[in-house]
Amino acid sequence: MIAEAGFAALWLAAALAAYQFLLMILALRSDVDVARPMRGVAVVQGGMTLIAFGMLMLAFARSDMSVALVFENSNSAKPFIYKVAGTWGNHEGSMLLWVTILAIAGAFLALFGRRLGERTLIAGLGSQSLLALGFYAFLLIASNPFARLFPSPADGQGLNPLLQDPGLAFHPPTLYLGYVGLSVAFSLAVGALLTGEVDSRLARAMRPWVLGAWILLTLGITAGSYWAYYELGWGGYWFWDPVENASLMPWLAATALLHSINVLAARGALKAWTMMLAVIAFSMSMVGTFLVRSGILTSVHAFAIDPERGTFLLVLLALYVGAAFILFAIRGATLKEGAPFELVSRESGLVINNLILSVVLAIVFLGTLYPLFVEALSGEKLSVGAPYFNAVAGPFGLVLAVLVGVGPLLSWRRERRPVLGQLKVPALLGVTALAVTIILAPELAILPRLGLAVAAFLATASILPLVGRNPLRAPLATWGMVIAHAGIAVALAGIAANAGFTSERLTVAKVGETLTVGPWTVLLQNVTPTAGKNYSALEAELRAARGADVISLTPQTHYYSDPQTETNESSIRTFWNGQLYTVLGKPDPSGGWQLRLWWKPFVTLIWAGGALIALGGALALFGRLWRLRRRKEPDWRARYI
Amino acid sequence: MRRTIALALVLAATAALADSNLPPAYWANRQLPDARQEAKAEALMNELRCLVCQGQSIADSDAELAGDMRDLVRRRIAAGEKPSVIRTWLIERYGSWISYKPTTEAAAWPLWLAPLAFLLLGAWLIRRRIKLKGGA
Amino acid sequence: MSRGLRLIPILLLVWLVGGLAWRLVKPPSPAVPSQLVERAVPSFDLSPAVPTKPGLKSADLRGSGPRLINIFGSWCVPCAAEAPVLNELKKRGVVIDAIAVRDTPDAITAFLDRYGDPYGRIGNDPRSNVQIDLGSSGVPETFVVDGQGIVRRQYIGPLSQSNIPGVMQQLAELR
Repeated sequence: MIAEAGFAALWLAAALAAYQFLLMILALRSDVDVARPMRGVAVVQGGMTLIAFGMLMLAFARSDMSVALVFENSNSAKPFIYKVAGTWGNHEGSMLLWVTILAIAGAFLALFGRRLGERTLIAGLGSQSLLALGFYAFLLIASNPFARLFPSPADGQGLNPLLQDPGLAFHPPTLYLGYVGLSVAFSLAVGALLTGEVDSRLARAMRPWVLGAWILLTLGITAGSYWAYYELGWGGYWFWDPVENASLMPWLAATALLHSINVLAARGALKAWTMMLAVIAFSMSMVGTFLVRSGILTSVHAFAIDPERGTFLLVLLALYVGAAFILFAIRGATLKEGAPFELVSRESGLVINNLILSVVLAIVFLGTLYPLFVEALSGEKLSVGAPYFNAVAGPFGLVLAVLVGVGPLLSWRRERRPVLGQLKVPALLGVTALAVTIILAPELAILPRLGLAVAAFLATASILPLVGRNPLRAPLATWGMVIAHAGIAVALAGIAANAGFTSERLTVAKVGETLTVGPWTVLLQNVTPTAGKNYSALEAELRAARGADVISLTPQTHYYSDPQTETNESSIRTFWNGQLYTVLGKPDPSGGWQLRLWWKPFVTLIWAGGALIALGGALALFGRLWRLRRRKEPDWRARYI
Repeated sequence: MRRTIALALVLAATAALADSNLPPAYWANRQLPDARQEAKAEALMNELRCLVCQGQSIADSDAELAGDMRDLVRRRIAAGEKPSVIRTWLIERYGSWISYKPTTEAAAWPLWLAPLAFLLLGAWLIRRRIKLKGGA
Repeated sequence: MSRGLRLIPILLLVWLVGGLAWRLVKPPSPAVPSQLVERAVPSFDLSPAVPTKPGLKSADLRGSGPRLINIFGSWCVPCAAEAPVLNELKKRGVVIDAIAVRDTPDAITAFLDRYGDPYGRIGNDPRSNVQIDLGSSGVPETFVVDGQGIVRRQYIGPLSQSNIPGVMQQLAELR
């Protein structure tokens, strides 16, 4: 019954989406007032998909093995929280989550999008429903999550133990909220292009949506990176793997979009660029979803490989993005740009910021897809990996980080004060940091060295907007900007410290042997067998000492039987100045054990920085929404400092 | 006694999961004693693609062929060979696929030229947005 | 923004979708072919893998007719599956030499006793050195080498019955 109810709800939602789209056509063609019915339809559509998703979740929670999806991806022995998380840990379930978020975003847009012109709102809602229609069709025709198995099996095919992890269980929903949140920006852009109302009012309406999606993407990527770091036992946190890049590209586009929206809102300028970025951001989300599910890229992350599903997604991508680009080409003439900006002004700063972000986005896009295009054209197989991306994105990132310190200090329209004067202290700190690294770490590579110097500069420069005024009276949006930009400096410092100062010890050690890694002396005390709920394991007892600190670590290797896999559970201890990271490998015939140890100074700053960036965004979002509630007709001029 | 049996059982499970009849090569999972050489070897290993798993470098891969390649890289670096020579040697045998760092051959030029090209293209697209001269 | 510029995103999209569609139709193959096809075998010298047969060196491959080099391991399941095909080829007069990767004499002897022995020489490659030198990335693989020591063809994966005519024909042409 549950599955059938869910299936019915999904069909109903699809029908409502079709109706919603038709309402839009009606409104745009013949000026019929559809605002109220449209709102109702959008809200009910959102409710229906929520019911459908709830039904699927219920089926997983109850381990209802008569539902094919539950059988394939779950097992009654799994802990409850992972049973529930299993709802989205598979292709069909995650696509249902995708469409649920799409529909609910539409519902919220209908309920709260009052600051937009009504025609644009209706056009936007129509676009949103058209997006949803394609995915409803995909689900109902090619990826039915509610398919039944008859007769129903006794128990399910156990889920991959790697997925039974809190980080991994919640990584997809966070990212999806981000990816699909960008659909609202896409729909509003399409709607505005249709009605011709591309102006600062549109920008202010789009901003909370973009901010919200961007915050979630930042969190999702940061959390995913940390999960990969501690779970996979390789000591790294970013591999420039195609699937990782697929999550980075929407983020880069969304960051550029966020800043471009500010210019459109404040000056009514950069119309074409903002609309294009809004379309590209969600297009990148769709490209990412396609790449991950189609099996066309070799990746350690790839799941749910099925070229047939890939084809459906590719068709949707071509239709949606193609339609948006055609609309842009046709309507682009109506996007008249105003006078050029002064060279030293916040607008120009934001334009250059956008330029650099767009270039980095283009580089990541090209590098990820380049092997595919070369092979298609010439049959040659080549690889593009971390050495390329680090070498190219690194310098651009550093330049951008420096500009991030300067930009917020510039005034709108024209900066007449000598801004460089304000930057004396940060610049001095940056140069000092550079000198310190040259003296204390002469062998450091150039990128980590510059990274530390730029981080020192940016950390101090990002606070400057609050200096010289009462910080408690500064708007939350300003605090948000300061904290987010400071977060960039923190993450940069972590990245540079990790790249420059990590010590690794890889060896085969017998019980009783001592090794050194960085400032630590580590003794392998024992290797003992142990067991967990559904695995057997070997555990190494390590005792590590650094001066007066003595700690113990217990890295393990887990052996699962269903399915038969082997995983490393690293043992990590965090200190104020770094992490000691230990992994147990295989036994060696000489009687010893493979051990991999790292001392990673200040590595946690990487994810702390990511969290700060998200926090800054959240403050800015909250600040803007709070202001809206308190004022009826906000004076846009007062908002930009 | 029970612990020994338990240990033996777990190790037997490991053996069932292992592939070949020989243990990993000596230098597959040990660092070279000379720190500079080890740094060079590690840098190279991170840039070589595992041919069995294909989504990892040979530094991170558990595959036996990756272990043997790590052993090969370390031995050669210890013998004084330059990393670039070893990379070229491997590319001669497996093609550019094995190098995560795109090579300097013609097919890879667009990759290296792209960043500058994109920057110039972008700057040209926004040339009218910013007033470069004039103003008080 | 001029009309021409605004058309560029559409062109880029067509290019992107075209590339992705091509990739869907022709999925990536996990096999990494050796680059040594049509090039000389590198020089190597492997000691005997079992006491009853000689080892294999590159000099053996020159001057005595075309042959197959089979890269295998007794621990490799598909190698057992292709053994009947190799035995059949041996019966038809094909010279087959082997490189045993990561293996022990006892295990190889047991394998040959169990599945048949089509090999003339078996070289011992405990660290996959020669396997890597030949550009081979897994077992089993088979190389067709002509009488001058030039690699003419690589078969990745186990040989099957359907490969036999092709192998026989190529070897006949190389004589």
